[in-house]
Amino acid sequence: MSLKHKNEKKELKKILLMGNPNVGKSVFFSRLTGANVICSNYPGTTVDFTKGIMRIKGERTNVIDVPGTCSLEPINKAEEVAVKMLKEGDIIINVVDATNFERNLYLTLELLEQNIPVIVALNMWDDAKHKGINIDVKELEKILNVPIIPTVAVTGEGVKTLVSRLDEAKSPDVKPKSEEEKWIEIGEIVKKVQTVKHRHHTLSERISDATVKPVTGIPIAVVVLFLVFQFIITIGNLVIEEILDPFFCNYYGPWITGVVNSFAPSGILHDILVGQFVEGELDFAQSFGLLTTGLYVPFVMVLPFVTLFYLMLGLLEDVGYLPRIAVLVDTIFHRLGLHGSAIVSVILGLGCNVPGALSTRILETRKQRFISATLLAICVPCMAQTAMIFGILGRYGTGYIMIVFSTLILLYLLLGFIMKKLIKGESPELFMEIPPYRKPNLTTLMKKTWMRVRSFLVEAVPFVILGVFIVNILYISGAIDVLGNIFAPVVVGWLGLPKEAAGALIVGFLRKDVAVGMLLPLGLSPMQLVIASTMLAIYFPCIATFMVLIRELGVKDMLKSCIIMIAVALIVGGILRLILLGV
Amino acid sequence: MDLSKLKPGETARIMGLEGGYGFKRNLRIKGIKEGKNIKIIARQPIGGPLVVEVDGMQTVIGRGMARKIFVEEL
Repeated sequence: MSLKHKNEKKELKKILLMGNPNVGKSVFFSRLTGANVICSNYPGTTVDFTKGIMRIKGERTNVIDVPGTCSLEPINKAEEVAVKMLKEGDIIINVVDATNFERNLYLTLELLEQNIPVIVALNMWDDAKHKGINIDVKELEKILNVPIIPTVAVTGEGVKTLVSRLDEAKSPDVKPKSEEEKWIEIGEIVKKVQTVKHRHHTLSERISDATVKPVTGIPIAVVVLFLVFQFIITIGNLVIEEILDPFFCNYYGPWITGVVNSFAPSGILHDILVGQFVEGELDFAQSFGLLTTGLYVPFVMVLPFVTLFYLMLGLLEDVGYLPRIAVLVDTIFHRLGLHGSAIVSVILGLGCNVPGALSTRILETRKQRFISATLLAICVPCMAQTAMIFGILGRYGTGYIMIVFSTLILLYLLLGFIMKKLIKGESPELFMEIPPYRKPNLTTLMKKTWMRVRSFLVEAVPFVILGVFIVNILYISGAIDVLGNIFAPVVVGWLGLPKEAAGALIVGFLRKDVAVGMLLPLGLSPMQLVIASTMLAIYFPCIATFMVLIRELGVKDMLKSCIIMIAVALIVGGILRLILLGV
Repeated sequence: MDLSKLKPGETARIMGLEGGYGFKRNLRIKGIKEGKNIKIIARQPIGGPLVVEVDGMQTVIGRGMARKIFVEEL
């Protein structure tokens, strides 16, 4: 007991960054701690808390970036996280959006009642000035009785002042007020301290209007998404064909074969490291050696597309375009038991399913989270998998790739429609603030892209290499035949694929990209490749996504979700076989 | 009249909100509260949501919720 007590005493002081969604808490966090976190221009970027360390006068202090919340009565899982964190705080930095001062005050008044010292950062102070909003800081300090510091977190303005005044943070002696009383008080405060000059619609606001009006917004969205897609494909292929592939084939390949041959000219070790030669030559896509395919798949076939995807995603996020897409797709998503916000998990999921699954936390009900997580796991292939599908099917023509993705889109709609009917619970409507468009900052964009690419390199690449190693073990040990025979009724009898394809389904649990790559040496027909790639997308999530989904949905719901996945895979596989193979 | 009846470009004053405490709080913390002027920016087809503007900030709101917001056209 006494030991535990001692540990508690030694615990660092905790500073919480709290505020409404999309007020710049994460930017603040990066400023204070120097640690990088993903910041974007839409509400709900941070769905979990992040801890960082800051030194104040030489003393180490914990700083915690808390998900945004509009009040202390949470309406979704991300807000629940925020309210739970509150109990742990020693000081609260309440980040307030000065351009949305009035509606942000509600949370401020609630926080002032918590008996935790509060200091207020009046953030986006520059934007407020541009908008003709003026807030009398001195007067506000007098009324609220806590320090108020105007800040611009993106440029760092005011952040030093805030830190230097942290010890002035206090919990004013206020008597708890009812909700109605708070609203009356807010009205009075705003009248006293805020003046707004009338001004005309700016260009960015006119663009904003055009992107949410259906007549103009939908064509704009189609063009934007088409351009993004074209950019990723064109530049990606260019980098692969002109730089990476020639480098691997002309320089790296001969060199590594030479190195391995010098100590293992043949035998198991040679085959594991370099792989099987195809027609007497090393084939980076098919040889399946740890040092050949194990590096070629992640660095040549996948990395260019992952990087470009994250660059484009970051751009759309920072400009503030994602909420506009949510507005435009809301009508459709409502038919699926979801609402427009669910598009965020699809878009993030197209990069990697893990952040996609986490972002279901911004949905309000269990039903919505279940539907969107299940649809994500079934119908949304991650960029690594997509890149491999393009890699193996592209050579036969774009039409085959279209079949895979049309099937997945159709399935998303159909399955959502069915789940909406069958799953009990509420599906509330879309209700979300649409942030103003912002000019993206190149440095921040590059940093964010690098953070995401780095997490791919650190978290995914080792598993790709492990996957290739497991493929080798499956073949060398003969386990592939045993598994093939076990799964033959499904793989051969039902899906019309050769029995070795069972290996891909096993490895797919670890890494989908490696699994898609495993299809190549099997000599499948293009249509069989279509069926197998679609199956790999649908049948089960990869282990990383699986673990996150268990945490997000709970074991019971995840079990239900898995049953749906496998059932859907079998049904769709059977149908595709009938249509595409005609047998 | 309720908010869902307004056409894009029209502005009205919010007179009242109908619903439970949680619902009202939800609206107010996103700026939709009594006495404010609200402008319709866009209306998505087939019963889709409305994009509205209050205090210079745009918010998207489902048609069902809009029906519970009572306004007086200006």
